[in-house]
Amino acid sequence: MSIFVDSTTRLLVQGITGREGRFHTQQCIAYGTRVVAGVTPGKGGQEVDGVPVFNTVAEARRATGANASMIFVPPAFAADAILEAVDAGIELVVCITEGVPVLDMLRVKNSLAFAGSRLIGPNCPGIITPGQCKIGIMPGAIHTPGGPVGVVSRSGTLTYEVVHQLTGVGLGQSTCVGIGGDPVNGTGFIDCLQAFNADPETAAVVMVGEIGGSAEEEAAAWIKANMAKPVVGFIAGLTAPPGRRMGHAGAIVSGGQGTAGAKITAMEASGIHVCRDLGSLGLLCREVFH
Amino acid sequence: MKIHEYQAKELFRKYRVPTPEGGVGESLEEIAEVVASLGLPVVVKAQIHAGGRGKGGGVRLARTNEEANQAAAAILGMTLVTRQTGPEGRLVRKVLVEKGVAIEKELYLSLIPDRGSATIMFVASQDGGMDIEEVAAATPERIIKVAVNPLTGPQPFHFRQMAFGLQLDPALHKQFAALLKGLYQLFVDCDCSLVEINPLIITADQQIIALDAKIDIDGNALFRHPELQTLHDPFEDDPIEAEAARFHLNYINLDGNVGNMVNGAGLAMATMDIIKQAGAEPANFLDVGGGASAEMVENGFRLILRDPKVKGILINIFGGILRCDVLAQGVVQAAEKVNLSVPVVVRMEGTNVEEGRRILSDSGLKLINAADLADAARKVAEIVA
Repeated sequence: MSIFVDSTTRLLVQGITGREGRFHTQQCIAYGTRVVAGVTPGKGGQEVDGVPVFNTVAEARRATGANASMIFVPPAFAADAILEAVDAGIELVVCITEGVPVLDMLRVKNSLAFAGSRLIGPNCPGIITPGQCKIGIMPGAIHTPGGPVGVVSRSGTLTYEVVHQLTGVGLGQSTCVGIGGDPVNGTGFIDCLQAFNADPETAAVVMVGEIGGSAEEEAAAWIKANMAKPVVGFIAGLTAPPGRRMGHAGAIVSGGQGTAGAKITAMEASGIHVCRDLGSLGLLCREVFH
Repeated sequence: MKIHEYQAKELFRKYRVPTPEGGVGESLEEIAEVVASLGLPVVVKAQIHAGGRGKGGGVRLARTNEEANQAAAAILGMTLVTRQTGPEGRLVRKVLVEKGVAIEKELYLSLIPDRGSATIMFVASQDGGMDIEEVAAATPERIIKVAVNPLTGPQPFHFRQMAFGLQLDPALHKQFAALLKGLYQLFVDCDCSLVEINPLIITADQQIIALDAKIDIDGNALFRHPELQTLHDPFEDDPIEAEAARFHLNYINLDGNVGNMVNGAGLAMATMDIIKQAGAEPANFLDVGGGASAEMVENGFRLILRDPKVKGILINIFGGILRCDVLAQGVVQAAEKVNLSVPVVVRMEGTNVEEGRRILSDSGLKLINAADLADAARKVAEIVA
């Protein structure tokens, strides 16, 4: 078992003919992901690395039965691409694109409330169920299939660091979800925690947050009330100056809100094992999860 | 992207949000002309991208022409220090002169995107003219929030909630609703990330006027607003951060002396935290991007070395799809090109890490291999101690 994606997932790629889209599609195929279609308007009928290309998502879904989408289009077209995938009934939409305007995401997020689709991202590395399905830009080789640890994170390379350490101490992963570094995103911490809580293969969870917003505090409250599995947490940005956006659009302490200290306090009060030293996260997980 | 008060007020007028009569000057002559056209009294306001201008001496009331001249001469060209500028302050190059108005009541009003509820939110308070963060901390019940779904836009009930919430005289409700409607339209038309009026005033003759104006625009949306791009004031930029933006790098200058370069924003923040834990202070935040190409690393070195405080550098790169041996070659090439003047500790992890470390130690450059994160932070902290 796993959450959101597995070996049966049928992936289509929006923006497959672009440089990034094509490169990462090749990487996903090499990992074993079933990539069944690509979409680039105006390039329907072509093939890219053996994958048939369609003009619209609806057409691609009808022809191939794709049920997940990976989006690599530039930020100006990202909201349109997400809404096109949702309109075509794609169950899981993973948007890698960084730099989507906040107002676009506000509209997308409110439209999603009435649709049957799940959005992961934008501005995220994607999602991987090791050994089964990789949708995104993460390096597949650092992962270990079979669980028992689920990983959910707002960051990219910081997640790779965590996964690498887990693998290093002999802990495999069930599914790793990068929910993205933007202020408004699709799937949040709580969505993933709920799914991990219900997933028999996941025995424990690592949750990686950072400064900005209050998603970690809300997740901590949810964990205290509902989570049956141990959680190790990490928060980046203790030294971040207030009022500055630290790379990610959502990583900003504003008006005294969203500090790393407040998040760590809330998480520890909810029974989460917060790691203070990133270098020893793997070791802490081995200690807590055994 | 931040813009100046006078630019924000020009946008306000376009959306029929009332502001005091006024004009901008960059010289004493220009300012005198504005004063003459407005009539006395006037308020003279320094135009910099920072709050707290009044307390720093950047806002003055003048009742005579002579006072107006003195105020303009004092403010124009001054280095204004406020709680937001840092001790080095900001040079005042432009002055806004406005006609004085008789204030009966001061309110606070802002519009922000609310990330949790995915709405556009009005925030208001009867305690205008004060630091709103202090009001929120001391008397949260005096802050009202009204959330608008961006798919429907604001409805009349939203305006009623605001007006009754602020206990406005019913005679002012219609005027206030028109102002809120205009502000919301401005917010969405211009892709704002903040519109703030503090204070919003009710004048003695019962007009609601934006006495101050602050607008931030979503940098990610500027591609569709060429007219707003021209509002950017390059004099307000930190020079190293402006250069970083040209290289498409995320750089933020900080007070410490350990330069650092990391791939990915989250890992970069965590690296700063580890430097601090080792007893040193980070000199910057620098994200060279998830991929970290040789060119990015070279540009990163140049940025870090422009800061004279830097006594040592820590590079922390997680090599994923880009292998560590390729990364190491990139670091060596970049280090050769920029003529490194300080020691560099490199912590590398990921695919082909052994080969990457060998390339670094064989390079003959001042590159020090670290075994792990804690080791890297310890080594660089010792160097700068």
